[in-house]
Amino acid sequence: MSELAVEREIDRSKMQVSDEVAIEINNMNKWYGSFHVLRDINLTVNQGERIVIAGPSGSGKSTLIRCLNALEEHQQGTIVVDGTELSNDLKNIDKIRSEVGMVFQHFNLFPHLTILENCTLAPIWVRKTPKKEAEERAMHFLEKVKIPDQALKYPGQLSGGQQQRVAIARSLCMMPRIMLFDEPTSALDPEMIKEVLDTMIELAEEGMTMLCVTHEMGFARQVANRVIFMDAGQIVEQNEPEEFFNNPKSERTKLFLSQILGH
Amino acid sequence: MSDQTTNSIAFVADGTIPPSPPPANETGVVKWLRDNLFSNFTNGLLTFASLVLIYLLLKNTLPWFLNGIWQADSLAQCREILNGNVGACFAVLTERWHQLLYGFKYPGDAYWRPNLALLLLLVAAAPVLFFDLPRKLLLFTVVYPFIAFWLIWGGTILVPLVAFLGCVAAAVAFQKLGKNSFAAGFFTAIIVALVVWNVGGALIPEGASDNAWLSAVPSRDLGGFMLNMMLGVTCVSLSVPLGIALALGRQSDMPLIKWVCVIFIEFIRGVPLITLLFVASVMLSYFFPPESTVDLFLRVVIMITMFSAAYIAEVIRGGLAALPRGQYEAADSLGLDYPQAMRLIILPQALKISIPGIVNVAVGLFKDTTLVSVISMFDLVGMIRGPILASTEWNGVYWELLGFAALLFFVVCYGISQYSQWLERRLATDHR
Repeated sequence: MSELAVEREIDRSKMQVSDEVAIEINNMNKWYGSFHVLRDINLTVNQGERIVIAGPSGSGKSTLIRCLNALEEHQQGTIVVDGTELSNDLKNIDKIRSEVGMVFQHFNLFPHLTILENCTLAPIWVRKTPKKEAEERAMHFLEKVKIPDQALKYPGQLSGGQQQRVAIARSLCMMPRIMLFDEPTSALDPEMIKEVLDTMIELAEEGMTMLCVTHEMGFARQVANRVIFMDAGQIVEQNEPEEFFNNPKSERTKLFLSQILGH
Repeated sequence: MSDQTTNSIAFVADGTIPPSPPPANETGVVKWLRDNLFSNFTNGLLTFASLVLIYLLLKNTLPWFLNGIWQADSLAQCREILNGNVGACFAVLTERWHQLLYGFKYPGDAYWRPNLALLLLLVAAAPVLFFDLPRKLLLFTVVYPFIAFWLIWGGTILVPLVAFLGCVAAAVAFQKLGKNSFAAGFFTAIIVALVVWNVGGALIPEGASDNAWLSAVPSRDLGGFMLNMMLGVTCVSLSVPLGIALALGRQSDMPLIKWVCVIFIEFIRGVPLITLLFVASVMLSYFFPPESTVDLFLRVVIMITMFSAAYIAEVIRGGLAALPRGQYEAADSLGLDYPQAMRLIILPQALKISIPGIVNVAVGLFKDTTLVSVISMFDLVGMIRGPILASTEWNGVYWELLGFAALLFFVVCYGISQYSQWLERRLATDHR
């Protein structure tokens, strides 16, 4: 298991969990046809929390965070994101989506647009930001993810790690209050995983509310303030990382941890 | 390459190996010949056989072509001049030039009008085809259909003016209402346009076209290659947007829209074009009230457009299906609404994938415009088969006439295909 090598001390001064609720999920259930994929999920996330969701494949962890910005529909229970309840009302959905950034396993950059256009498209069309301002902001975030010199290239010309960092910058350009990461490093070569994780750590250092589905347990240990373990569609265990890794309570968690940390 | 050895298990490269030019016999004309024409005995034999075939073809056609007679009044006169020698009778082309291009009834003093319309077409099409040109040129593209209509059909300028005003009013109505609800904007726009057309049409005085500056030409007087071009350009430019709408409609979540599109597409694809054309020319008049006369040209345009739109819709559906789901999800997750996601993310990519298929349909459609000759419209082929070959002077001049028709169609279709290849290269951003 790749433990993240700490090259520098993580700056925890701004990593503060406020009392303000960012996401509240109550008794949420979801089915794919007759398959019960998410079972009675209850979760409250406060502003500034950094949550890592772990679990075996098929446990519903991706489905859970995809429900949070309505990429998947839930059938029972309520999800309130940033004070807005997710319902079938398209206006609410669009509002929540523009507040919540999402980073995908396969980056999903728009291949027909340049890096800069990828980053300015949504601010210009959804937020109605003037083009010049949107471009300045895009360059600011591209500098932050350390690829401003690639701004005029197309996604196909970039490496996987660079593409994922552009995807993060693209989400940040919408000035989201919450970021969702759906296995952001699973499609990357080992060399590139680190550069993406570094970007995510920097984001955490600035106090961003983050929900990450990931298998990077090193990242979970260092950055997360809470680790959630899911299996068979339900939340099996959640705890602070120290406790979670050193002293797991449930048998299922112990088995999972022994399998991924065992060698 | 050096004293390094990789036989032992431990190996370390001592420095990078510098690049060097390829061996001398791996470049140049000789290598090309050997690789492409004479790579082995069988291929050499095939190359030789092909050369013989080309020689035989040219030996028999070149004299016919080069001895061609360009000035004569009839086939008999051609034969007289040739005096038994082999030779083509191209005189039919020069003598019937105007009939081939404009049909036999279009007024001779008005040929400049379709010519000017063709010239303006190039200007109007340029910003659509070459999107590096300034976007302001699109304004002319918007006005062009009305100018072209006025030039070709002539008559009072009030008719295209009312048509244009109706479209402008519809566009304004859609701008105002379409922001909140697409359906409300769409249907209001249609109603507004119909009202403007009806009111405007009633205001145009009876006989306004009688002494118009451009003499009025009825649709049945149009003909020749001009008719093919008009049908081709109109139908292609109408059927691409209609095809996009049908393809998106077929993917819609709303069952009513979805099934209307599916039934339309499947019905049209299941019926031969010639049947639709017969319906247009004969049967449609049964469905309209007796006094209303919908122009034959318009009826044919509607039928050909529906036909090719159904095919284009299926081509575009293929392009939409080829896009990874992640593109839809990324657009959604950024908060783009459906029209924005389609216009900015999905369609640009789906259409790019669909270019070869759309061009295939467009080329096919352009050639299919010759089918209107079977419903007694005198397009290029109709002119050749009818008035020209039936005349006593030119009865029997098949090769020259049909060869000329083939050449005209080839030039246009080859142009379309070259454009599409340029477009694909221009849009290639994936760098695979």
